Amino acid sequence: MASELPSTLTKRTIRWGEWLAETAIKVVAGTSVLLILLIFIFVFREAAGLFSGKTIESENARHTTSATSDNKPEEYNPDAGADSTSTAPSEESTSPDVYNPEIEEIISPSESTTSAPVEIPAEKRTIWENLMSNVWQPVGENPKFGMQSLFIGTAKATFIAVLISAPLGILAAVYSAFFAKKWLREIIKPTVEILAGFPSVVVGFFCLMIVASLMQSLFGTEYRLNALVGGFGLAVAIIPIIFTITDDALTSVPKSYREASLALGASEWETAFKVMLPAALPGVFAAVLLGVGRAFGETMIALMATGNAAIVSASFTEPVRTLAATIGAEMGEVIWGSLHYNILFFLGIVLFIISFCINLVTELYVKKKLTKKFQGG
Amino acid sequence: MAKDISIKMRTDNFNAYYGKKHALQNVSTEIQANKVVAFIGPSGCGKSTYLRSMNRMNDLIEGFHIDGTIEIDGLNIYDKEVDVVQLRNRIGMVFQKSIPFPKSIYENVAFGLRLNGKRSKSEMDGIIEESLKRSALWEEIKDRLQDSAMGLSGGQQQRLCIARAIAVNPEILLMDEPCSALDPISTAKIEELIAELKKDYTIIIVTHNMQQAARVSDFTGFFYMGNMVEFDRTRTIFTSPSKKETEDYITGRFG
Repeated sequence: MASELPSTLTKRTIRWGEWLAETAIKVVAGTSVLLILLIFIFVFREAAGLFSGKTIESENARHTTSATSDNKPEEYNPDAGADSTSTAPSEESTSPDVYNPEIEEIISPSESTTSAPVEIPAEKRTIWENLMSNVWQPVGENPKFGMQSLFIGTAKATFIAVLISAPLGILAAVYSAFFAKKWLREIIKPTVEILAGFPSVVVGFFCLMIVASLMQSLFGTEYRLNALVGGFGLAVAIIPIIFTITDDALTSVPKSYREASLALGASEWETAFKVMLPAALPGVFAAVLLGVGRAFGETMIALMATGNAAIVSASFTEPVRTLAATIGAEMGEVIWGSLHYNILFFLGIVLFIISFCINLVTELYVKKKLTKKFQGG
Repeated sequence: MAKDISIKMRTDNFNAYYGKKHALQNVSTEIQANKVVAFIGPSGCGKSTYLRSMNRMNDLIEGFHIDGTIEIDGLNIYDKEVDVVQLRNRIGMVFQKSIPFPKSIYENVAFGLRLNGKRSKSEMDGIIEESLKRSALWEEIKDRLQDSAMGLSGGQQQRLCIARAIAVNPEILLMDEPCSALDPISTAKIEELIAELKKDYTIIIVTHNMQQAARVSDFTGFFYMGNMVEFDRTRTIFTSPSKKETEDYITGRFG
C-alpha cells in the first residue's frame, strides 16, 4: 500500500531553514546556561582558597616569601587606576602610600616592602573563627574578616528597605489595579516601571546628596549616612519591582471574583482587600521576595548611601556596611589571590546562597502554607 | 403573612444603554414576591442586561446608563440616595460560571456574613450550616468545611455560590444562567433547590433552556431585540402565547 501513497508523503524532506533556526536557538540557549554555570564555577573556584586551610599566618608568610614567585596574574592589575607608576602587575610593587586611599587602615605588611619578612604577631585563630568574629578590617597587620558586622548591616538595610517598600509597593499596586481611573492607571504603571530601570548610581547619588541631609535635619541623626538613608535608597530601587509584580498578580485575578464579591454586597475596598489581594497572594509574595533579593544584592546604592562602616549595632541611625557593598568597594583594590580576595568571593557565594535559600523557602514553604492558610486547603 | 399578590419589584419604562447601543427598550414588568420568574430569549436580547440592572451590576461597565425606574418595595434603586452596597446586600446573585473564592468552603459562605458586622462563632456556624443545607450541599461537604472550595465539582461549586448568596438572607435572588455549565444531574439538583427556595425568596432566573423555564418558573418573560415581547404566567406563555414571536421562539421556529 505504501507505494500507492503520493510521493510527497513518502519522501522525507529536510527543511534546512528550520533546522538552522532551531539549531541557532539551541546554541544561544545553551550558551547562556553555560555562561551562568561558568560564572558560578569561577566564583566558587576563587573562593576555594579559603577551604584549603589557609590561615592568617600562612597568608602572611606566603606574601612575605612569595615576593619573587611568579604566581601572579598576567592581566589583572587592581591598582592600575590608582597607581599610574605601577606598570608591573606584581602586588608587591604597589607603592603603599597610594594603595587603598579610601580605607584608612594600617597598610598590609605584605605590601609595605619587598624586603625581609616583617614581624607580625600572627593570630592563632583559624580562618573560620576569624570569619565569625565581628570586626571587619580586611587590610592590616592583623586582618580581621569578621562577617558578623556585614551580615547585620545587610540585614538592617534590607529590613528597612522592605519595611518601606512592601507596603508602598503593594498598596500602590492595589490602587492602580482596582481604584485608579483607567487614564490614571495608564500613566502610573509605565511611570513606575520606568523607575525600575533607573540607574542605581543615580538613586544612590540622590540619597547621598539630598535624602541624607533631609533625614539628618528631620531626625537629627548623629551620622549623615546611615542604615535609614541606605534602606530608603534601596526601597526606592525595589518599590517598582514590588509594584509591577504585585500589579500583574492582582490584574490576573479573574474579574469574575470582583463581580461575585460586589454582588454579595461587598464594597470596592472590601473586594480589593478581602478577595482580590488574598487571591493574588502567591504573586504578592513573589514580588516582595524578589524585592528582598534585589535589596540584598544591590551594590551601588548601598555603597553610596549607607556610610559603609562595619559596625555591629542594633541602631538604625548608625552607618552600616552591606555584603554587596563590601565586595563592590574592596574588589577593586584587593591583592589578587590573597586571603582577602578569596574572602570577597566567599562573600559573593554567601550572597548567592542566601538568595537561593530565599527562593527555595518561597517555593517550598511560603507558597504552599500561606496559600493554604489564605485560600483554604 | 404578606398578600399573595404583593408586588416585589416594579419596572417602569426602563431603558438601558451601553454607550450608544440601546440594549433595553421600555421594559415594564411587575414581579410578585415569592415567585420564580424566568427570562428567556435568544443571545444578546437584553435579558441578562435586565437582570444585572436589578442589582446595579451594570454600573461597573463603562458607558452604561439608564432611564426609567426599577422599584423594589416601592423604592427606586437608581435613586441617587440609594447605597449600592446595601442594595446588593438585599439582592443576591448567582452567576453563569460558578465563582467560588479561593478560600475554604466555610470562608466562602462566611464571606457575606463577615461583611455585615461581627457575629459570634456559634452563630456563624449555625448560619453557614443552614445555608449549606438549604443549598443541598451540606451532606456532601460537612466533613471538609475547611478544604478549599476550588476542589469541589462544578455542580457543587454552583450550589456553594447559591449558599453564599443566601447566607446573607437576601430578599431577591438573581440567577444568570445558573445551570448552563452543569451536567443534567447537577441541573436537576439546582432546579429542586429553586423550587425550595422560592418559599423565602423572590427568584429571577435567566435561562437559555426553555424546558428549564417551563419547569421551574411561575412567570416567564420573553425578550427579543431589547424588548420585553411578552410577560405572563409560564403556563400561558408556553401553551397559548399571545405574540407570534414568542410562539416562534418557543416552538423552535426562530432564526
